[in-house]
Amino acid sequence: MIENRPVSTAVSHLVLLAGVAIVLFPIWITIVAASHDVARLLEVPLPLGLGDQFFENLKQVVSTGVEGSTPIGIMLFNSLVMALMIAFGKITISLLSAYAIVYFDFRFRMLFFWMIFLTLMLPVEVRILPTYEVVAQLGMLDTYWGLTIPLIASATATFMFRQTFLSVPDELLEAARIDGAGPMQFFFDILIPVSRTSIAAMFVILFIYGWNQYLWPLLITTDKSMVTIVMSIKGMMEALEETPKWHHIMMTALLAMIPPVLVVIGMQKLFVKGLTETEK
Amino acid sequence: MSHILLKGVEKIYPNGYQAIHGVDLEIEEGEFIVLVGPSGCGKSTLLRMVAGLETITSGEVHIAGRKVNDLEPSQRDIAMVFQNYALYPHMTVYKNMAYGLKNLGTAKDEINRRVGDVAKLLELEDLMQRKPKQLSGGQRQRVAMGRAIVRKPAAFLFDEPLSNLDAKLRVQMRLVIKNLQARLGTTTLYVTHDQVEAMTMADRLLVLNAGIVEQIGTPMDLYERPQTRFVAGFIGSPAMNFVEVKLSDDGSKFHIGDNALPLNKALDTSQSEITFGFRPEHLVLDDHGIIPLKIALIEHLGAESIIHAKLNNSDDKSSNAITLRLNGHTKEQNGNIVRASIAPEHYHFFNQKSGHRIRS
Amino acid sequence: MLKQVHFKSSALPYMLVAPQIIITLVFFMWPASQAIYQSLLIEDAFGLSSQFVWFDNFKELFEDDRYIKTFGRTLFFSAMVAMLSLSVSLVLAAMADRVIRGTGIYRTLLIWPYAVAPVIAGALWVFLFYPTTGIISTFLTSMGYEWNHQLKGNQAMFLVVIAAAWKQISYNFLFFLAGMQSIPKSLIEAAAIDAAGPLKRFWTIIFPLITPTTFFLLVVNIVYAFFETFGIIHVVTKGGPANATEILVFKVYNDGFVGLDLGGSAAQSVILMILVIGMTIFQFKFIERKVEY
Ligand SMILES: Nc1ncnc2c1ncn2[C@@H]1O[C@H](COP(=O)(O)OP(=O)(O)OP(=O)(O)O)[C@@H](O)[C@H]1O
Ligand SMILES: [Mg+2]
Repeated sequence: MIENRPVSTAVSHLVLLAGVAIVLFPIWITIVAASHDVARLLEVPLPLGLGDQFFENLKQVVSTGVEGSTPIGIMLFNSLVMALMIAFGKITISLLSAYAIVYFDFRFRMLFFWMIFLTLMLPVEVRILPTYEVVAQLGMLDTYWGLTIPLIASATATFMFRQTFLSVPDELLEAARIDGAGPMQFFFDILIPVSRTSIAAMFVILFIYGWNQYLWPLLITTDKSMVTIVMSIKGMMEALEETPKWHHIMMTALLAMIPPVLVVIGMQKLFVKGLTETEK
Repeated sequence: MSHILLKGVEKIYPNGYQAIHGVDLEIEEGEFIVLVGPSGCGKSTLLRMVAGLETITSGEVHIAGRKVNDLEPSQRDIAMVFQNYALYPHMTVYKNMAYGLKNLGTAKDEINRRVGDVAKLLELEDLMQRKPKQLSGGQRQRVAMGRAIVRKPAAFLFDEPLSNLDAKLRVQMRLVIKNLQARLGTTTLYVTHDQVEAMTMADRLLVLNAGIVEQIGTPMDLYERPQTRFVAGFIGSPAMNFVEVKLSDDGSKFHIGDNALPLNKALDTSQSEITFGFRPEHLVLDDHGIIPLKIALIEHLGAESIIHAKLNNSDDKSSNAITLRLNGHTKEQNGNIVRASIAPEHYHFFNQKSGHRIRS
Repeated sequence: MLKQVHFKSSALPYMLVAPQIIITLVFFMWPASQAIYQSLLIEDAFGLSSQFVWFDNFKELFEDDRYIKTFGRTLFFSAMVAMLSLSVSLVLAAMADRVIRGTGIYRTLLIWPYAVAPVIAGALWVFLFYPTTGIISTFLTSMGYEWNHQLKGNQAMFLVVIAAAWKQISYNFLFFLAGMQSIPKSLIEAAAIDAAGPLKRFWTIIFPLITPTTFFLLVVNIVYAFFETFGIIHVVTKGGPANATEILVFKVYNDGFVGLDLGGSAAQSVILMILVIGMTIFQFKFIERKVEY
């Protein structure tokens, strides 16, 4: 910045470090708790540093699973399937519908737009009961389809791609038309590559959205083999009336956190760029 | 037979605005036609109708003997260079140039050969694997041209292709385009609002004003015999001087304020109030000249001097600003009163109402 | 809205919108109309018979003290979450914008909570505050402050607010930082030449210029607190103790799935839908306006 006053810069760093410490504290404690045995976690004062039981806990959680619940591997797999189906499904249908709405003049265009738009930001939580009934009537309970498709019916991605497409210069379409590209060729050869930042950002958002779903899978799955890892936490905390088995719970929480965290951090640049440039 | 033919072409935008009012134009094969006019006069609209990017409200457009009104842009056998180049940002230079050919189903080695040839022609060989972002403005411009040339179209369409370049590069690229066009012999329609570009590049010029064709002709035609006051004022820099004058009853002379200038030949008009036009470069300082001037400001450009002056008249009404352009350096000072004269062959007269040229 | 240059109508655009429209119809329009229909019915507990009662369900809701209280509580909860989260991330973003080195590292560290599921976030905070064995709660107890959010309503509210705000810090931080970084350097420099100190510069130049971002985030945060915090509440307090943390979304779920009051739950859904649609249109108008500039 302008003046290079070491003091004010140092203060800024201090504030930031304090902020980071507060924000990351719960996550650090998760790792700590996952590295101690259950007895240590009931002793006051509680540990703030790492213990030596991390891999033991990991082994227990992964191999035998937490008593009475689905094996971790299956839950992670279910979460992954759900996250990917939601992310790819939503991106695909949203790219197509945004393309139609921005680049074609057709009857009922505005009607369609408003129909999609009404679902914008309307989470399943709000219409949970009737949606559940519809899915039940369609026989999609306890299926991946039932788990994902109703969540695909929201307009965030369509809306974001619409914004992206509107910012693509008209001349690109004109040049492509002169170059003999038809509508689908323009879509695949030009529009999608040009929008890749938004698509990447949307992938991150939707992957996390899908991975982190809670209420919907809770309602729609009764079969143990369909449980996702995020859902399992609650069950584990209530498994017994006594004090929860924190070392296993925190290890599971850690496993549930790692994939979305990796996706966000790994795609950070694209994600931040796409998110803040198009959504604003 | 003409290569591009426009018959009574009109454009009314969906909002009801009529941007083009009945344009007729015949372009010979290999001709370089420049469309000029002030901003918003409809140049791009007209060009884009030829390209097929705007619908044609009425009239007909023919290219190479085919009526193209209902054809897609890609079927019209044209290529276009855009003001902002419209290069595909995610494709390399090579792919940008090859894309159109690929869509036509051209064989791979044929594409390779043609793109290679054009790259050589435009000195783009070393840039083939770069993305547009990694190119300078001038290089992007050349890629945009390369993309047009590679398709060997029946006509090139340019929409202000040089306006995003700096002044020096603009002069350079002007020559490059002109030379290329002469070499390839491809019919060209070129839009600009820069009259130097227009004068230097065009075989023939079309001056458009508010969607109406003011005049079509060679650059010299337009300079020497502008058919309307608009064209007279638009072509030439500094712009032509205009003075409202009164014709004597017998039509043998006209009056600028107190001074009477004789005419060699009677004018073909019934009006006595007319507009007298003369170019700054046709005024000469002359102690016996009939036009009295008061110098307001002198701009010394080295090779020439531009004098901004006022008619030095007793009546205030006609104190028009007059510009003179003199070769070399002048010793005159601001505020000096001087006299100037014009050779009669450089007189231009226009109808005050219609703006049409009055023949003599 | 529509591109100036676009394709002419054909069957293609209908095919392109079809997947989304079909899904919207089946999983949104149909359930939504079901909700509206059900909100006008009273069903007996076994779902054997139902009676059309017009707006009785709504009337009942608004005469129900508990519902009104829940409404007020939701407003309070959202306001607290939005304020807490926005102010912390504003300060952090302002600092990150000031430092020359390390902005990227701070961003990487602060982005983590975004990836954490609400229910997991809830679990982490419960662990920290678990009565008798939580790190923070035992610390508070040792300081002489009795902590038990399972019994004390205001402590329970505090905990869900903290957990919800924590999760939203990342998102707010990213937007604030992007907003600040898009302010032209020359403006800040001009202010520095006018001898404005860093704090004054922030309040008189930077803060006013990011008002649109702040406003946008405010709406996003409120929507988030209203609708996306179900997991947190479910795992931290289950709406308790004694309904102290029951917010609207939680009540819809509770009345519908646990209490099996279909009509009442549907009426609540309808009210929530109206709320969301209102907020969305409000925000949309705002985004549209910004895009035009
Ligand atoms: N899509 C449109 N709808 C309505 N009016 C339009 C549209 N496009 C252009 N116009 C109007 O038509 C007129 C001609 O526009 P055009 O773009 O052809 O001008 P131009 O001569 O190319 O100007 P410039 O030199 O600034 O590029 C302008 O007055 C413009 O406002
Ligand atoms: Mg133009």
